[in-house]
Amino acid sequence: MKRVVITGMGTINALGKNVPDTMAALAEGRCGIAPINIRDVDRLSIKIGGQVRGFEPEAHFNRQQIALYDRFTQFTMLAAKEAISQSGLEFHGLLADEAGAIFGTAGGGVNTWDENYRTVYEEGKNRVHPFVVPKLMNNAAASHVSMEYNLKGASYSVSTACASSNHAMGQAFMMVRSGQSRAMVTGGAEAMLSFGGIKAWEGLRVMSKDACRPFSANRNGMVQGEGAAVFVFEELEHARARGADIIAEVAGFAMTSDASDIVVPSKQGAARAVRGALRDAAMAAQDVGYINAHGTGTSANDKTECAVVADVFGPHADKLMISSTKSMHGHLIGGTGAVELLACIMALRDGIIAPTIGYEEPDPECTLDVVPNEAREAKVDAVLSNAFAFGGLNAVLALRKA
Amino acid sequence: MSDAVKEKVIEIIAEQAVLEKSDVKMDSTLEDLGIDSLGLVESIFAIEEAFDIQVPFNANEPSESDFDISSVAAIVKAVQGLVREQAA
Repeated sequence: MKRVVITGMGTINALGKNVPDTMAALAEGRCGIAPINIRDVDRLSIKIGGQVRGFEPEAHFNRQQIALYDRFTQFTMLAAKEAISQSGLEFHGLLADEAGAIFGTAGGGVNTWDENYRTVYEEGKNRVHPFVVPKLMNNAAASHVSMEYNLKGASYSVSTACASSNHAMGQAFMMVRSGQSRAMVTGGAEAMLSFGGIKAWEGLRVMSKDACRPFSANRNGMVQGEGAAVFVFEELEHARARGADIIAEVAGFAMTSDASDIVVPSKQGAARAVRGALRDAAMAAQDVGYINAHGTGTSANDKTECAVVADVFGPHADKLMISSTKSMHGHLIGGTGAVELLACIMALRDGIIAPTIGYEEPDPECTLDVVPNEAREAKVDAVLSNAFAFGGLNAVLALRKA
Repeated sequence: MSDAVKEKVIEIIAEQAVLEKSDVKMDSTLEDLGIDSLGLVESIFAIEEAFDIQVPFNANEPSESDFDISSVAAIVKAVQGLVREQAA
């Protein structure tokens, strides 16, 4: 089996429009959640989110591109540009034939659905723009990245709700580890902060009206975010041979299905995924210094997740750090695992553990070290990134210091 | 008017629980009736639609919401209150 390393990363999200700005915000414990600015916000009861502010598509894309790129594709293209340019890779010949783009998204072109439903239902028009279908499809981002960078290998989108990008990155990891490809471009994106996208979440009644406070006793729900993060996963020897800067090693991955409930998480299913990732990475539980939690800020998730960590790690659970950066960038749904991988990389590479902000009151059912409110310096050699999706689909990545 | 509210709430709960209306007792809890968290959210949606009201309910901590769901009687009383406020 080949070893897999990360040689490029890119992002745009509520905390920053690139990786350095995002990591600076994560290290400062800055909150990207604020009142949102979207059409018909006055008809929503949830009016906050981790919105990408001051984003002008016209500054990055031409008219033809904008006609084809939904907001989630735009985010993906910008993050991919940063990641691939950092990696220094160019895709020609055999490498291009092997390399692909695998991206997670739960909703795909939600804004495109929203805008065009308005056109036909609200405005009563009988005609929509000819590119509605290629713009809204979930694989649009993966396809446009493949076209832009000449990626001719396995390319597709993965949609498993809140675990989409962890599943996508896990697939890319397995492609490189198995030797099927020497490089893959992977990650995820979501742009669900539209009237319909938020209204749908309101219906479930798990959204907070004021803040995302994971693991805090006074938590009152989740907050949506938007954006993308993209990574270049590369075979270790290939990266070494060309003298690439190796950011971190992707060491293992596991996925499980609860097979129990469509929305309520299962301790057993999540624990099997965490154990599976450790086993796959040949990582001892006590090696793990940091876990980026799924940490949605709902009581169902947070209590289950803390119980899972206590169960899998035993006495070591009290020594490791676990934080939820959703408190800062919001829940990017299908893109969330990708943005959260940045916090894992920051822990491994820079020795900075991103905090769980908004933490106000200890919860007796969540007694782990959740790195409350302020980032911490710590030397960490191995980390996990959890994603436990609606539908009971769990995906956990294990990373090691490069 | 109040009896009509009670009737309608019981009808909604009975439908959610897949029971006859006569099986829904005022002192039943939702748990007794086999209504889980998803069923509860659906029932509240149906109540809001039926009476054109907003029910203050957060599924994260149902017991800590302002809306009392401890029994069928409590729900009926809370809905009656909300309907009265709406009319006022």
